[in-house]
Amino acid sequence: MEIILSIAIAVLAASGIWLILRPRTFQVIIGLCLASYAVNLFIFAMGRVSVGQEPLLDGQRVADLSQFTDPLPQALVLTAIVIGFATTALFLVVLLASRGLTGTDHVDGQEIEE
Amino acid sequence: MMGWIEPHLLALPVLVPMMFGAAMLLLGEQRMRAKVVLGFISVCLLLYCSLLILQRTAQGDTSVSVYLAANWPAQFGISLVADQLTSIMLVLTAFIAMAAFFYATAKWHRAGVHFHTLFQFQLMGLNGAFLTGDLFNLFVYFEILLAASYGLLLHGSGAERVKAGLHYIAVNLFGSLLFLIGVAMIYGVVGTLSMADIAARIATVDPQDRVMLEVGAAILGVAFLTKAGAWPLNFWLPASYGAASPPSAAIFSLMTKVGAYVILRLSLLFFGVEAGDSEGAFTQIILFIGLATLTFGTIGMLSSQTTERLAGFSVIVSTGTILSAIGFGDPEVTASALFYLVSSTLGIAAFYLLLELMERSKHFGSDLLAVSLEAFGLERSANSPEEDLSDTDPGVAIPAAMALLGLCFIACTVMLAGLPPLSSFLAKFSILTAVLNPVGLTENLGAPLPGTSWALLILIIVSGFTTVISFTRFGMRTFWTHEARQAPRMHIVELAPIIGLLVLSIVLTLQVSPVMQYFHAAAQALHQPTEYIQTVLSAQPVPRSGGQP
Repeated sequence: MEIILSIAIAVLAASGIWLILRPRTFQVIIGLCLASYAVNLFIFAMGRVSVGQEPLLDGQRVADLSQFTDPLPQALVLTAIVIGFATTALFLVVLLASRGLTGTDHVDGQEIEE
Repeated sequence: MMGWIEPHLLALPVLVPMMFGAAMLLLGEQRMRAKVVLGFISVCLLLYCSLLILQRTAQGDTSVSVYLAANWPAQFGISLVADQLTSIMLVLTAFIAMAAFFYATAKWHRAGVHFHTLFQFQLMGLNGAFLTGDLFNLFVYFEILLAASYGLLLHGSGAERVKAGLHYIAVNLFGSLLFLIGVAMIYGVVGTLSMADIAARIATVDPQDRVMLEVGAAILGVAFLTKAGAWPLNFWLPASYGAASPPSAAIFSLMTKVGAYVILRLSLLFFGVEAGDSEGAFTQIILFIGLATLTFGTIGMLSSQTTERLAGFSVIVSTGTILSAIGFGDPEVTASALFYLVSSTLGIAAFYLLLELMERSKHFGSDLLAVSLEAFGLERSANSPEEDLSDTDPGVAIPAAMALLGLCFIACTVMLAGLPPLSSFLAKFSILTAVLNPVGLTENLGAPLPGTSWALLILIIVSGFTTVISFTRFGMRTFWTHEARQAPRMHIVELAPIIGLLVLSIVLTLQVSPVMQYFHAAAQALHQPTEYIQTVLSAQPVPRSGGQP
């Protein structure tokens, strides 16, 4: 499962960075979204990957990370998702404003002369 | 009342702007006067709280005070920590916020919607970033201040701002992703997010995990260096700061300093004397990045064609000087760097505010040469992006306005170039003294200086020199041309903040002895973080039945 998770993170991050470097604003925003998915999965992986473990102590098993999954990265991911969503929405507004004001979707606001 | 508020003092710099910002959101755009009154109360309260915190760290029995926001021990809950460095930054923020606020009330707050609300949230983010005691809340406060800054940058609208804003937002969103990766890697190794707890545990990290920890810290550092405007990640800075409206740009001059603040704090806390094998892991790199930034800023200044870009590059020069001074890893140099940080921020903020007043005088002379001045009267240039504001009162003609502006311009030049007699000169001078005499003048005779010291010495002097050249060029073009110029009309509230910021620098110069003493104490505490770590980790939650609110 570690392999699958790390491949997923790598593919998402690579496509995200490639798209961020593209000249169209829409590609940039999708790239930022993909990169933020990669980062969220990465935060999750940093809390150690485990299957079927609960994050809440039940009082019967020993309170140890071998028995439970780490709840903190989950809280971090939740916060990161919310903040990332809000800033992406804000970026989308600026993207539309830029499209309206300059008439092009190039990131520099003008097409490159051939 | 003070007795009730005393235990919660540290939370106020975050709570006050949040409350006032939220209250302003409920008021309609027509209720501008009410918003101004609320904003005024808020910045006054902020200044008062920051000064109280400064007094507490300067005079209390311990210089570090901790506030456990959720009443959990600092390892588990959210904690706010104030030491000397934090209080310096809080007071600086409060003064610059006050100046920018008054400047905005003259005209700029009507250029778009929700200026005051965004301004308060920006202050909340700044104060929170300075106060917070754990890495993840640092991320949250960074996002708050960045989200507010996106709004402030776009304030006033126009194609130029939107274009600059697009780049600025994309760069900062990517920076935030790096920030998260760094935080996650550090958490993965150390298992905690509280800065004090991380610092206490770093010495005990396994050698094989240490690589991962340092890689995480390096990625975190890249995120902060981007925000501080360090070379090579600062291409966005001159354009976006130049496009912002003057009061926003003045408050943005603090945002690069947040990056410098975090680098200063974390590099010394995580990789200082307590770090075991990782001690001083990044000082060399920070030094070289600082020197490169300083070189880049110096060259950029000479090549600037507009005053906005010139101001942007002086921000970069200031960042470069601070970073290279941090990279020396010497308490004396750090103390001087703090002094320089305060003085240069005051100078840059004053300069950004001054720029627009200077432009105002220019519109009459250079941009409208073809048209007779009388025909236009005192109207602004028709193609200026602020034409929608021309129906508002353009202010009164202050006697000898040009002379006053010229004096302010000279003072800004002196501040940013580091010439005597203002505080920047003392700051740069003490950086150079500390770099040249690491062990005192008498003991150092004969010992050769390392090459980096010479590099910093030469770069600081050359950057000061080029600052004088480029500023004089613009000053002569604005104030000494033969073109007929009419005195710009302005409000007292536009000129007063600039003079206020410059007077602050004069006060710093006159009171240099106690101020430097305080900066020395701050630098000592940063280089010996044991007290910080101990105080934070031993902070006890308030017992439930103790009668404390």
